[in-house]
Amino acid sequence: MSKFRRKTGKSQPAISTASLPDIVFMLLFFFMVTTVMREVTLLVQNRKPFATEIVKLERRSLVSYIYIGPPIKSLQAQFGTEPRIQLNDQFATLNDIGPYIADERERRNEAERPLMTVSIKADKTVKMGLITDLKFELRRAQALKINYSTIKGKPFGEK
Amino acid sequence: MARRAAPEINAGSMADIAFLLLIFFLVTTTMDVDSGISRKLPPYDEREPPEQPPIKERNILRVLVNSQDLLLVDDQYMKLEDLKDYAKRHISNFGKEDNLSESPEKHVISLQNDRGTSYEMYVAVQNELTAAYNELRDEESLKRFGRKFNLLTENQAKEIADYYPMKISEAEPVKLK
Repeated sequence: MSKFRRKTGKSQPAISTASLPDIVFMLLFFFMVTTVMREVTLLVQNRKPFATEIVKLERRSLVSYIYIGPPIKSLQAQFGTEPRIQLNDQFATLNDIGPYIADERERRNEAERPLMTVSIKADKTVKMGLITDLKFELRRAQALKINYSTIKGKPFGEK
Repeated sequence: MARRAAPEINAGSMADIAFLLLIFFLVTTTMDVDSGISRKLPPYDEREPPEQPPIKERNILRVLVNSQDLLLVDDQYMKLEDLKDYAKRHISNFGKEDNLSESPEKHVISLQNDRGTSYEMYVAVQNELTAAYNELRDEESLKRFGRKFNLLTENQAKEIADYYPMKISEAEPVKLK
């Protein structure tokens, strides 16, 4: 019996936590590399429609975004519920599209300008009238490569 | 003076600092990859477009979407689920049926919507039409090269894309009943 009693007196050696920072740092670097900071605060609702035949937009630096949708709940008292266009951090009208595209084009270097894509991030409740007007403005601004931003899924997947 | 060994720095709090940063990045990260349906708009020209040779009626697939999000394809009411198969039949008809296209080269899909059509419906229609093209291209690439379209080399992909060119023409929206 005394054999067993002797063992209980010794405590287990503590598990070394010296490698814990390494593991955490590994995770940290992973998230630092993959993270993309949201560039704009959304002023409009943005529930994207669903589609299955989608292509990924490579090279974020070549993509400009146009948001369309009804203003978010907290701004509806001020701006109503009619769908609006958002460029950068503010509401815009159709007349602002041309200057916006020109400005975006100016920021890219010359070789990359033809590769510029405009990503239309529209809420699924928006009517096509506004989208058509927007497309017309884009054509006038010579921004012909567009992408209708969607989520992968069956059309009309979730209401 | 007797040299004393510098006391070891306690690294126990390193993990805490790293965790703090980690949590910050975890919270701010947005993992959404941008994806969607890509399209090319026709260039804008203020002048009247030059006279085009008329396109034979049988080569045109007319897709109309009204403000109630209802589909009318070649003057018939159609459900969204049937659009893809009908478009595939139209594109790959090769002159077999009289009211469908003569060849993939000559076909045109004319898409017209109302100003009141919802964006969701529009994207769904675009999606179905794209699906029709993608499936036809996949079938043809499997037949010719034994691989799916997106796995082909650049030249092979061009060959298939030329064989089944994507021809979707969008007219200005009108008031549709």
